Amino acid sequence: MTQPLRLAHAAGHEKNKWGDYDRMPDPSAILNAVVAGVLLGGFYAAVALGIAIAFGMLDIPNLSHPAFVVMGAFATWVLNSTFGIDPIVAGLLMTGPFFILGVLLYRLYHTCFESRGEAPLQGLAFFFGILFITEVVLVLTAGADYRSVQADYIGVSLNLGSLTLPFRMLVPFVVSIAMLFALQQFLTRSFTGRAILAVSQDKLALQLMGVSPTRIKALAFGISIATAAVAGSLLIIIQPVEPSIGRDFIGRAFAAVVLGGMGSFWGMLIASIILGITESIVSDMWNPSWAPAIAFGFLLPTLAFRSGGLLGRKL
Amino acid sequence: MSDALLAVDGLTKRFGGFTALNDISVSVGQGERLGLIGPNGSGKSTFVNCISGTLPIDQGSVTLGGARIDGLAPHQRTRLGLARSFQLPRPFGSLTVAENLRVPMLYAGRGGTDTEAELLEMVGLGGKAQQRPGDLTQVEMRKLELARAMAASPRLLVADEAMAGLSNSEVDEILVLLLRLNEQGVTIVLIEHIMRAVMAFSQRLVCLVAGRKVADGDPQDVIRNDDVLKAYLGE
Amino acid sequence: MSNLRFWACGLLLVLTGWLLGRLVSNEYAFFAGYSVLQYILLATAWNILGGYAGYVNFGTAAFFALGAYVSVALNKMYALPLPVLIVAGGVASGLVGLLMGSLTLKLRGVFFSIATLALAIVSQAVITNWEYVGGASGAYVLRPRMGPLGGSYIEYLFYTMLVMAVAAVALARTIERSKVGYGLSAIRDDELAAEASGVPTLKLKLLATVASGTLMGMAGAPLPFYVAYLDPPSAFNLAYAVNTIAMPLVGGTGTWIGPVLGAILLTVVQETAMVTISSAANLLIVGLLMVGFITLAPNGIVGMVRSLREGRK
Repeated sequence: MTQPLRLAHAAGHEKNKWGDYDRMPDPSAILNAVVAGVLLGGFYAAVALGIAIAFGMLDIPNLSHPAFVVMGAFATWVLNSTFGIDPIVAGLLMTGPFFILGVLLYRLYHTCFESRGEAPLQGLAFFFGILFITEVVLVLTAGADYRSVQADYIGVSLNLGSLTLPFRMLVPFVVSIAMLFALQQFLTRSFTGRAILAVSQDKLALQLMGVSPTRIKALAFGISIATAAVAGSLLIIIQPVEPSIGRDFIGRAFAAVVLGGMGSFWGMLIASIILGITESIVSDMWNPSWAPAIAFGFLLPTLAFRSGGLLGRKL
Repeated sequence: MSDALLAVDGLTKRFGGFTALNDISVSVGQGERLGLIGPNGSGKSTFVNCISGTLPIDQGSVTLGGARIDGLAPHQRTRLGLARSFQLPRPFGSLTVAENLRVPMLYAGRGGTDTEAELLEMVGLGGKAQQRPGDLTQVEMRKLELARAMAASPRLLVADEAMAGLSNSEVDEILVLLLRLNEQGVTIVLIEHIMRAVMAFSQRLVCLVAGRKVADGDPQDVIRNDDVLKAYLGE
Repeated sequence: MSNLRFWACGLLLVLTGWLLGRLVSNEYAFFAGYSVLQYILLATAWNILGGYAGYVNFGTAAFFALGAYVSVALNKMYALPLPVLIVAGGVASGLVGLLMGSLTLKLRGVFFSIATLALAIVSQAVITNWEYVGGASGAYVLRPRMGPLGGSYIEYLFYTMLVMAVAAVALARTIERSKVGYGLSAIRDDELAAEASGVPTLKLKLLATVASGTLMGMAGAPLPFYVAYLDPPSAFNLAYAVNTIAMPLVGGTGTWIGPVLGAILLTVVQETAMVTISSAANLLIVGLLMVGFITLAPNGIVGMVRSLREGRK
C-alpha cells in the first residue's frame, strides 16, 4: 500500500543516502531533489484540486476522490493503449464523462445524506465505501497489475547544467498549474463560478438571488470529479498505476487542502509543493518508505495548532 | 449593581478586523426579566454566544453570581446555572423527548427536583414524552428547547429568539410559559424581534445597534430613544 | 433485555463456547470462530466511538496492528504470557488514541476522521522501518503447540478472544445505558446543544476514543500467534478498516447488538463468498453492503427490525 512515488531525480543521484556520505551531500543532488519536489508538488496539487473544491468549498468530505483519480488513470491507459491517444488529450476527453459521474454522485449524496440534515458519520462512511468499491471494481475489470502509457515525452529529460528535468514530471507540472489557473479564472470571472464561490461562503445569499444551491453544488462537484480525470492522466504519465494506489494520495491531498487553508487554490498549491519538496528530500537522502508518512507529519500539527492552515483561514 | 446575577463588563468581540461587539456592559439583577433588542446584525446572537461560552471573548469580563465565567467552557457555565435555548431549535434527534431532558438533568442537574414528566407537563408536552423530536410541530419544538434549558435548573435563562416564526397565539403560549418560569425565580434574558412580546415581557430593555449598546432602561423610554428609533426606522 | 438476563446470556455463551471447543476436534472451527470473535470485538470497539459519539475512525488497522506489533516486540524481548501482551497492546493503542484525540477532537468530526486515515498510513511507515519487529520483510512468531489450559494453542486463542469479545460487548452495553452513553448520544446528535446541556464534550470524546483504541489494540495482540507470520501489508490491511466500519453500519450503530449482528453476518457472507466466488469479490460485497445500508437503511438491521415491529403495532 505504501508504494512510494518514483521521484524525479536524475539517474546519477539514485544512491544518495546519508550512509554513503563522508561529507555533506552534493549541492547539486539537493538542488535536484528540491526541483523534483516542486514538480511532484505541482502534480499533488492536481489531485488536491478536486478535494479543495469538494471539501474546502462545498463541505463534502469526498474521501473517494483519489479513487476517481486512479479511475482516470485507467481510462487514460485504455484510450492510450487502444487508440494511441496522447495521455493528456485522453485525460481531457474523459472530463466530460467524469463530470456527469460527479453530478450523479452528488445527487445520490444529496438525497441520501445532505437533505436528511447533518449526517457526517454516514456521509464519510459512504465515500469510504465508494473508494473501496471503485478500487475493487478496477481490480475485477482491469486486473491488479501495474499499467503504464506511451508518449514521446516519457523517458526524455531536459538538462540544464547539473539540473535534470524529466518530461514525465515536467509535463504534469505544467498541465496541473494550467488547470489550476483556468479553474481559478472560471470561479472568479464567470457567473456560475461566482455562484459556486458564493455557495461556499453563504448558502442563504444564493437562495435570495434565486439560484438553487443544490444545482450549483452538483455542478461544482461535477467539476471536482472532472479534475480527477486530468489528474489521473498526469499520474499515469509520472508512474505506472495499479488500482489501490489511490489510497496513498488521500493523506497527501487532504493534508494539502487543510494546510492550504480549505478551499484556497493558491494556499493548496503552496502546501502541495512544500509537501512534494519534503517528500523528495526525505526519499532521496533518507528512505523512500517514509515518504507517505510526511503528509501526516504536516497534517496533525496543522490540525492541532494552526487550524486555519498556512494562510490562516478558519476551518 | 452589586446584587447582579449576571454582570457583563466591557465585553468586546472581534471577527478579524470586524468588531461585532464593542465595549458592552450590561447587568441583570436576580429575578429580573430583561429584553434584548436590536436590528438584524446588531450583535445580539454574538452576545448570547459570548456569554454562554460558544465564542471566546476578546476583552472584558462576564461574571455570574459574583464568579468570573468567561474562560470557562460552555458546559461549565451551564453547570454553574447559565442555560440557553437556541434560536433554531437543536434537539437531540435520536433521543426521545423525555431523554432530551434527561441529558441536562444528568450533567447539569444542580439538585433540581423537577422530574422529566413534571417539566414536560409544565411546558405542555405532557403526552409527547416518548416521541422523537422529528415528530413535533414548530411550536412544540420551541417548548422542548425551553424545557431542555430548564432541565439544567438554571439561575439564568438566556432565550434566543424563542418565538421567531410562530403564530400570534403560539407567541402568547411561549410568553405565558416564560412568565411562569420567571415567577418560579428564574432570571430571564429574552432576545426577541417581536416587539409586542418583548414589551409584554420585559421589565427592562437593552438595545444593541451595530455592536454597541445604545439604550438601557425602562422599556417605554427605550423605544422612544432617538438612537433606537433611528436604528429601526432609518434616518 | 434485563441486566440479569444479559449477564446470564454472556456467561452461558462463554461456557457453551468452551464446551463446544472441548467436543470439536477440528482446528478449522477454532480458526473460523476466532475470526468471527475478533470482528465482533473490533466492530464493538469501533462502535463505541463511531456509533455512540458519531466520530468515524478510519484507522482501525493502525490501532489493531499496533497491538499486534507491541505483542511481537514484547514476545521477542521477554516471551511474556498472552494476557500480559494483551494488556500491553491495549495500553499502547489507548495511548495513541489519547494523543490523536487530544490533538484533533476539538475540531469538527471530519478532521478527526481524516487524521485517523493518515494515522494508518504513518504507523505503517513506522512499522515498516522498525527492523526489530521484522520491518518490511515481516516477523515469524513461534506459536506454542499447547495452550496453558490444555488443548492446542489455537483453542486457547479462541477462548481468549471469546472472553474479550463478550467483555467488550458488555462494556459497550454498560456505556450505552449510563450517563456517559446519554452524553455520547447528545454529542452525536448536536455537539453545540450537548455542550449547552452541560455535557463535557471533549472529555467524553476522549474517553470514547481511548476506550475504543484500547479494545482495538487488545484485539490485535493475539494476532501474531494466530497468523504465525506478520508483515505490515497484512497487519495494516484495509479490509480491517472497511469491515469494522461496515459491520456496525450494517447491523445498526445505535446499540450494542448492531455490531455483533453485523460482524456475524458479514464474516459469514465473506467466508461463503471466499469459497464460492473469489476474494476480490468478497471485498466488493462488503463495500456494496455498506454503501447499500447507509443509503437505504441508515439504522441498519436493528433499525429495520424495529420499524417492522412498530409498523405492526
